[in-house]
Amino acid sequence: MAVLQFREAILAAIDEEMDRDESVFIMGEEVAEYNGAYKVTEGLLDKYGFRRVIDTPISELGFAGIGVGAAMGGLRPIVEFMTFNFAVLAADQIINHASKVRYMTGGQISCPIVFRGPNASAGQLGATHSVAFDSMYAHFPGLKVIYVSEPGDAKGLMKSAIRDENPVLFMESEQMYGLKGEVSDEEDYIIPIGKGKVKREGTDVTIVAHGKMYHIAVQAANQLAKDGVECEIIDPRTVKPLDLPLIIESIKKTKRCVVVDEAHPFAGFAAEIGFLIQREAFDYLDAPVQRVCLPDVNAPFAKNLFDIWLPDAKQVVEAVNQVTYRN
Amino acid sequence: MTKMNLEDVRFAPTGIGEVEDGAVQKGVDLPPATKKKHKSLGLSEDDLKAVYEQMFLQRRFEERTMQQYQKGKFGGFLHLYIGQEAISTGTVFAVNDDDDIITAYRDHGWGLVRGVSAKAGMAELFGKAAGCSKGKGGSMHFANAEQHFWGGYGIVGGHIPIGAGLAFASKYNQEGRVSLCFLGDGAVDQGALHETMNMAQLWKLPVIIVVENNGYSMGTAAKRHTVAEIVDRAKGYGMKSAVINGMDVFSVYEKMKEIADDVRETSEPWFVEIRTYRYRGHSMSDPQQYRTKEELQEFQNTDPVERLKAYILNEKIVSEEELNEINERIDQEVVEAVEFADAAPYPDPEALYEDMLIDDEPYFHV
Repeated sequence: MAVLQFREAILAAIDEEMDRDESVFIMGEEVAEYNGAYKVTEGLLDKYGFRRVIDTPISELGFAGIGVGAAMGGLRPIVEFMTFNFAVLAADQIINHASKVRYMTGGQISCPIVFRGPNASAGQLGATHSVAFDSMYAHFPGLKVIYVSEPGDAKGLMKSAIRDENPVLFMESEQMYGLKGEVSDEEDYIIPIGKGKVKREGTDVTIVAHGKMYHIAVQAANQLAKDGVECEIIDPRTVKPLDLPLIIESIKKTKRCVVVDEAHPFAGFAAEIGFLIQREAFDYLDAPVQRVCLPDVNAPFAKNLFDIWLPDAKQVVEAVNQVTYRN
Repeated sequence: MTKMNLEDVRFAPTGIGEVEDGAVQKGVDLPPATKKKHKSLGLSEDDLKAVYEQMFLQRRFEERTMQQYQKGKFGGFLHLYIGQEAISTGTVFAVNDDDDIITAYRDHGWGLVRGVSAKAGMAELFGKAAGCSKGKGGSMHFANAEQHFWGGYGIVGGHIPIGAGLAFASKYNQEGRVSLCFLGDGAVDQGALHETMNMAQLWKLPVIIVVENNGYSMGTAAKRHTVAEIVDRAKGYGMKSAVINGMDVFSVYEKMKEIADDVRETSEPWFVEIRTYRYRGHSMSDPQQYRTKEELQEFQNTDPVERLKAYILNEKIVSEEELNEINERIDQEVVEAVEFADAAPYPDPEALYEDMLIDDEPYFHV
């Protein structure tokens, strides 16, 4: 096992895939000569040159659309957004075109493209730079959505995303790029899209958490362990396709569930998981499913307000106490 | 700034059916047509017949389509191309067969000229499995990817960067194909066009961005929805540009051939405004109160199909008798297409889940 930073793991995956397939290229703001706004693409320009590592203007709609057209024309683009908050400007290309072109032409056209970049909040960046978009994109048929929490998952799933024949959204986090973790040394290390992982085994409650919130769940589980509460943590890794059997299997054991999601509550990931659990495991539940989400409020700037806004371990502990009737 | 009375405050310019010095103010002003005859354009007599047959097919296909729609044979939107056939036909005869073409939702003519048969086109409109897009696209989503027709798209302006992306793929692999991206005058006002023009020029993409200016963005006349001359957008991007008379197939053929040759040689993009006129409403539900009958009549006098018909008769390329035979044969082809579409089966219920994802076992959330 090698220990890599999150950004290094993503870079390694992109590098390996660009090396094995000449139709793979990367474009986005500052990806080439600047070496990446968050240094994810560092060194790619030197290695692959200006044909395959392409700086774009700040035109998300335009370059996302050029990516979609290039994918239809036989290439495998990786389109980097400096953050998914900016990808809202490109939503027409992702939602109206990439996800639909195959279906509405009766299967004549495919669109193997990866849209990637950081998702959700990253400190005091204000309301327009702090939104988690994974649930929103997962709503649309024809898109796969990945939001990873650890470097090893990032590498294995990025490679799968690039090889996938369908449009894939691959989500990262500014605050996790420096995070170190073990990454398999296995040559051509692949994690299949749609497979979650039990990352901590426990018997008392199941916590479902992905992306940055996985780490909040771990903090909460460590605290709860001191009180003798054993949490099982499931990281779905892929939001869609969702590894529902893994979650249900865990709940049949623990009988209780808390979903931690860095999105607003209405019609989000946590809401969907809650619905699925009541349908699939109703008779097993000893308590209503609880969720820890953002409030239905925009991201504030002020430090104290931001800290209240963002889910933290304390809120997760409280939710676990609620489902275990410990309060 | 002088303060105005609130009731005098105006935003969008108004003026429907204005008459100035006794002349109808038209949605578009046609530039002069080419004076060249077919031989000096490099078109043989057989080519001319093929051009005429294609234009007449597009016209008759849509006239019959309209009847079927009015009979309630199929639903959805129906945007007719009638009046604009010289553009699709002249272009496709001018460029290479593997040059990429993408367009907006007024796409029936483009499908027909790029190998969608009348049967497959009509079946698509009827929502039948035998349609060119298996009945899943409908009127706005004809496509024939095998012949490099990448489809019609329903979001105004949304397909413009995709057209540039096809050019990107061609340049990336040095395939020598030119991409042609057609849009209406309404799409000129979308940001997608401007982002694409900037990148196409900056990256030297082999793309021709063509505005089919038919005078109206749905029901809003060009002078009421966009400033200055459309073609002048090119100046701001340092892009090569041209204005073409879209009611004359020879003019379209001549210029589009020159432009495609230039793009193939230089890998530099062009911005082209082809002026034309749509005879029918924006869609079938359009009462057309935004224009005058006189204006419509004036353009119908320059009808591209009639113009070519007169030419091939005058030049004795076909006799009246031969022409009638051609027309009857094509009409028969369209009638048979209607009968075929009407009798063809709908897609199987299982088809609902097909063509979504390319996976051994596609995932559908339930």
